[in-house]
Amino acid sequence: MDNIKINRGLNIKLQGAANRNVSDASPSTLFAIQPPNFTGLIPKLAVKVGHEVKAGSVLFFDKYKPEVKFTSPVSGTIKAIERGTRRRILEVIVESNNKQEHEAFTKGNPKDMSREDIVKNLLNSGVWPFIKQRPYGIIANPESTPKSIFISAFDSAPLGVDYNFVLSKEGEMLQKGIDVLKQLTTGSIHFGVDGSEATIDTFKSLKDIELTAYSGKHPAGLVGTQIAKKDPINKGETIWQINPQDVLIIGRLFSEGKFDASRMVALVGSEVSKPQYFKTMMGAKITSIVSNLVSNDNVRYISGNVLTGSKVEKEGYLGFYDSLISVIPEGNHHQFFGWITPNFHKFSMSRTYFSWLMPNKEYSLDTNLNGGYRAFVVTGQYEKVVPLDIYPVELLKACITEDIDKMEQLGIYEVLEEDFALCDYVCTSKQETQDILRKGLDLMIKEVG
Amino acid sequence: MKFIRNILDNIKPHVQEGGKYEKFYSMFDAAETLFFVPDHVTTKGSHIRDAIDLKRNMFMVVIALAPALLFGMWNVGYQHFMATGQEGSLMDLFFFGFLKVLPIIIVSYVVGLGVEILFAQMKRHEVNEGYFVTGMLIPLIVPVDTPLWMVAVAVIFAVVIGKEVFGGTGMNIFNPALIARAFLFFAYPSSMSGDKIWINGMSEGTGIIDGFSGATPLAQFTAGATPNELVLGFADKHMSVFDMFMGWIPGSIGETSTLAILIGAVILLFTGVANWKVMVSVFAGGFLMGSIFNLVGAGHPYMEIPAHYHLVMGGFAFGAVFMATDPVTASQTETGKIIYGLLIGVLAVLIRVVNPAYPEGMMLAILFLNTFAPLIDYYVVGANIKKRLKRAKS
Repeated sequence: MDNIKINRGLNIKLQGAANRNVSDASPSTLFAIQPPNFTGLIPKLAVKVGHEVKAGSVLFFDKYKPEVKFTSPVSGTIKAIERGTRRRILEVIVESNNKQEHEAFTKGNPKDMSREDIVKNLLNSGVWPFIKQRPYGIIANPESTPKSIFISAFDSAPLGVDYNFVLSKEGEMLQKGIDVLKQLTTGSIHFGVDGSEATIDTFKSLKDIELTAYSGKHPAGLVGTQIAKKDPINKGETIWQINPQDVLIIGRLFSEGKFDASRMVALVGSEVSKPQYFKTMMGAKITSIVSNLVSNDNVRYISGNVLTGSKVEKEGYLGFYDSLISVIPEGNHHQFFGWITPNFHKFSMSRTYFSWLMPNKEYSLDTNLNGGYRAFVVTGQYEKVVPLDIYPVELLKACITEDIDKMEQLGIYEVLEEDFALCDYVCTSKQETQDILRKGLDLMIKEVG
Repeated sequence: MKFIRNILDNIKPHVQEGGKYEKFYSMFDAAETLFFVPDHVTTKGSHIRDAIDLKRNMFMVVIALAPALLFGMWNVGYQHFMATGQEGSLMDLFFFGFLKVLPIIIVSYVVGLGVEILFAQMKRHEVNEGYFVTGMLIPLIVPVDTPLWMVAVAVIFAVVIGKEVFGGTGMNIFNPALIARAFLFFAYPSSMSGDKIWINGMSEGTGIIDGFSGATPLAQFTAGATPNELVLGFADKHMSVFDMFMGWIPGSIGETSTLAILIGAVILLFTGVANWKVMVSVFAGGFLMGSIFNLVGAGHPYMEIPAHYHLVMGGFAFGAVFMATDPVTASQTETGKIIYGLLIGVLAVLIRVVNPAYPEGMMLAILFLNTFAPLIDYYVVGANIKKRLKRAKS
């Protein structure tokens, strides 16, 4: 097994990492699938408010690729369909009847099935959208074949999920899911693990994968970093990626014939009194998880990690791909001469604050922007946290100027927003790099496809 | 602090859009953000952000300039007292210089920030903190006897033509402080060159001891002196490399002491505000060119001076540490920064030695390379593009 060290990057040490214990969340009765979780998706509803559904029943599908379906994680009734501006569908909310009846899907040994049947089964059950494709970070195109598939069981983001704990007893389902994925690609299944800890036996005994350990700073655990080291994307090529817990969902689909979207979710952050893991389901209402553990009101709930997650209300729902809920203080307060005072409680990559004196201190960082928006001034900052063979500022400027040729030349096919999340963090000028890159990617989808 | 907050909160409604004094919003915003880091929270992208902002970043540069500034003030007094034959304590010398330099700093900041606020208001954006540094750099690179009106004109030229026409901090092509210096140099040459302008009161000539010379080492070398013939003030007083390194020699206010500048360099490099590649490569380039002259220039006295002299004379060190490292006008790529720095060093020494019209080449070398920085980056990034294409084909 290779052990690849990532030198460039940044570990932001935050308070409130999850303990290795699992409690059952007080059962949520409300679940939502949120179309905005999927880049570029135009959903078309298949249900109306009041319809009865089973786990695995279609809720909506992709208007332009009707075979890509999105299904209910639970059985029950459609409680509401929330719409935003221009009647954009934001949430399809299902109220569980606590019986958990499942639609029946094909089960069987993927090795005996044709690729076509496997794809059809994944599409019909609503499991397909868990597979994302690069370039662009959109739901994989069922008609294409990727040159390889990447799974990272190493979440190096701040307060990330500990997959060595979450997956330790899931070897069988993981293998089953990998067997399925193996039928979908002509290349390898790359499986990345945390190289700073001993690799658990569950991972070591997996077959048909290329196991690689990554160590070093974040973004060592990001698929984008691992792809760049193992199998860089060139123009015209596609690579698929999938979260390890979603591989389990595929595994369960083929061994039990049902869509079982249960998932371990970590509740983390400095505002959580007992950070820990919960066994719940994709799309669960987060109130059921956070209710007794967060007392402060002036906090931000994030579905996902603090760098790339999306802000949700306390009454909101867990995102489709997320297995992390971060709760951090809001930073909506003024600080007197904040830019000039020593500020021992603040963290900075630079040595303009004193955080370099305390490399092991854990911080409680809030959502304050810590400054105002400026033009690009300081150079060399992004390069320190993007361990890819890419010039980040030049690529971002190509995105801003909508120069498609330049974007392509500078490697836009190789990156997604998450790969630039640390640029957002470290930027002195407070540039919204993830947003800029996303707009560039959207333009590429529109113009190049 | 609650008191200030209350005042600001009271004024705010009047200057916001639609308020009676909305014209003054930029000025208000500048004052408010000076006292308080705003309560803005992240709305997209990463939810947490690094504690650093441009104010802190620029403030570090001002701190790094402090040793050169304080030494410069003392040196103004020291040079004046030496030229007039007076005795004085350390504090006397410093206080004399302080009173001479302070008006220049005040004029630089008041005029410069005034123009900045005007432009911010016109373009409806926040006042950028770039001038925070420029406003301190300009007083440090002019001779102490520069008339205040000249400083004001140069500052206006630098901020308007050097920066705001391009779109403000971060968009400029040339280092604004050097634009101010170049403007003075070409518009008022008699006040910017010669042997008399470096020492306070010497152009007027009252009280100056006969035989005192205010010539800088660069001027003396240009006139054909050898290292052993260098004089510091009086014909019988030799100027050594050590004198030049310590900085008790004639020159612009903040540029003379290599030691004070190096203290600033340590602050910049340690905090990570300036790039070490630029700094080191400027010195390396200067030393390299000096050494080449040593090899080829036998018989030509200026070419024969030891290469390390170039690094401690004139504005070389100041330019390398505080001017070349300006991230906006330097090369942006890491490889580019090395090429950029090396060429500045080489060119500065080349201009000094070969071109008799300009005793000091640092200012022109940096401005010249400011022009070429984007070209250097173009080729460095081009190499990355070629590599990617090659990978796609194989």
